[in-house]
Amino acid sequence: MDEVLNMNNICKSYYMGAEELEVLHNVNLKIHTGDFLSILGPSGSGKSTLMNIIGCLDVPTAGKYLLSGNDIDDLDEIELAKVRNKEIGFVFQSFQLLPRISALHNVELPLIYSGLPSPERKKLAGEILKRVGLADKIQNLPNQLSGGQQQRVAIARALVTEPSILLADEPTGALDQKTGSQVVELFEQLNREGRTIIMITHDSNIARRARRVIHILDGHLTEVEV
Amino acid sequence: MLLESIKMSWDNIINNKLRSFLTMLGIVIGVASIIALITIVQGATSSISNQVTELGANKIIINVMGTPLKQGLNQDDIANISKLDNINGISPTISRKSGIVFHNKVMENVTVQGKNEVYFQTDASLLNSGRAINILDLESRNQVAIIGSNIVDELYYGIDPVGTDLTINGTTFTVIGTLAASSGFGAESNNDKVVIPYTTALRGLGVKNIKNLDVFLVDTSLADDTVMEIKGVLTPAFNYKENAYTAFNMGDMIESFESIMSIMSLLLAGIAAISLFVGGIGIMNMMLVSIIERTTEIGLRKALGATPNIIQLQFIIESIFLSLIGGLIGLILGALIAYVSSILIGIGFSISIATIFLAVGFSAAVGIVFGYMPARKASRLNPIDALRSL
Repeated sequence: MDEVLNMNNICKSYYMGAEELEVLHNVNLKIHTGDFLSILGPSGSGKSTLMNIIGCLDVPTAGKYLLSGNDIDDLDEIELAKVRNKEIGFVFQSFQLLPRISALHNVELPLIYSGLPSPERKKLAGEILKRVGLADKIQNLPNQLSGGQQQRVAIARALVTEPSILLADEPTGALDQKTGSQVVELFEQLNREGRTIIMITHDSNIARRARRVIHILDGHLTEVEV
Repeated sequence: MLLESIKMSWDNIINNKLRSFLTMLGIVIGVASIIALITIVQGATSSISNQVTELGANKIIINVMGTPLKQGLNQDDIANISKLDNINGISPTISRKSGIVFHNKVMENVTVQGKNEVYFQTDASLLNSGRAINILDLESRNQVAIIGSNIVDELYYGIDPVGTDLTINGTTFTVIGTLAASSGFGAESNNDKVVIPYTTALRGLGVKNIKNLDVFLVDTSLADDTVMEIKGVLTPAFNYKENAYTAFNMGDMIESFESIMSIMSLLLAGIAAISLFVGGIGIMNMMLVSIIERTTEIGLRKALGATPNIIQLQFIIESIFLSLIGGLIGLILGALIAYVSSILIGIGFSISIATIFLAVGFSAAVGIVFGYMPARKASRLNPIDALRSL
């Protein structure tokens, strides 16, 4: 299988005044196409930092990070934005849909930044919304949708650019157990279709539904067999 | 991409109607006051300079105060000046107040002016009916008169004055023509005047000296040289006494008048520009608030692949939109104010293309200048911090 992501001795430190705070210690991680991985850890374990680095929202202090063969260290801000656009599909805990525009328009957003013309965007966004089961809701505003539906819109938005990795940060955190479970089911389906998914969570029941589970504690990774 | 940014900016303005309107208000007031002030001042300037031009821009006016030995100009002085270069004609004026009588109707204190044929030659529109004073009238000191429109109205109601007899200062004159009604002001108004040949005036009105001379020029651009030459003739004639006479170029007067008016309009525009500046600060303030409100949105857009440039562009467009719309509203409002004022004051109204471009350009510039800093701030937001601020 193709290697999508390769992290080699990644470290990340923050400075609180003069004091150095190391959040990630020599993280090594390899992910292949078609993987479904969950990163499990309590708050303060460094999992958000790891997600930011994987998502190219942040850069490591030390180490080497290859994403789809790109060395992230070499990229400037504009190139990083392009990598985020093409390679990563973000799903956030609180959905992060823009409230004043329709579901369809929300899903179109990443395609606007890819520079796709409007008719193509509408077509792709419509198809992917149909795929997540919201064919009849495309013109609804986010506040006219339930939490689970909003998260599906967010997943559609993450998938619309055909990214190498779907990166979900606590995707069930703002949902009740049943809807949360349905969202994970959707992930499982998408994974069976060959998509690479990384899911960050503090809920071990959710985490266990991935094919690989990695524990993070105080900035150290340990892979557990499932 | 640009189209999308424009659309997003527009949506955001529409979604915050009240706030957008209040923000624009500063620009509206600024632009409206600039447009109104400039238009009103320009209208007043052109009205006044039209009136001044009516007095003639192509002449040098000589006024004589005189000395005890020589109280005014005589025929010899006029002959000497007419020998100079660049002179098209000389029109002396002898002025006196006098009573006039027609058919037992009396007007007191009417300005009676002695003029020559040159006065009528330089401006064909002076005469309303009848004929002008000619050389023969001057040479034979004919007792003929041309009367102003107010005198026609008062003494000749319903009668054609041409050919009638008019008594001026006890002497009978024949009316040969009437003057066109003029919009000139004060003593220069032709409406209340009676004009007779100046040679007749020198004899019949009891005035011995010519105190005022209009020297008409061939080439106005040489006016300053001609003024010097005239001084070369008159200064010796007055025996080098100071303050015996003045000679000034009407063109200069019009020019200095217009430069005063343009300085005034600049000054007023400057004051109005201050309110535009304040409006710009209002826009900057609103943009900064909007960015803080939309921190998460900016972070999300960045996470979805928006580059810093695109974020910056979107916010600058939004700020330009706000100020341009404000500018357009201000333009309409300012033009309206200027239109109403020009009717009230009684001056001409015309709005120049340059003024419109000035307003639009100014407001776009305000948008760019005051939108740049907030937009840059937005583009530099760290997406992680931005997303976390939820």
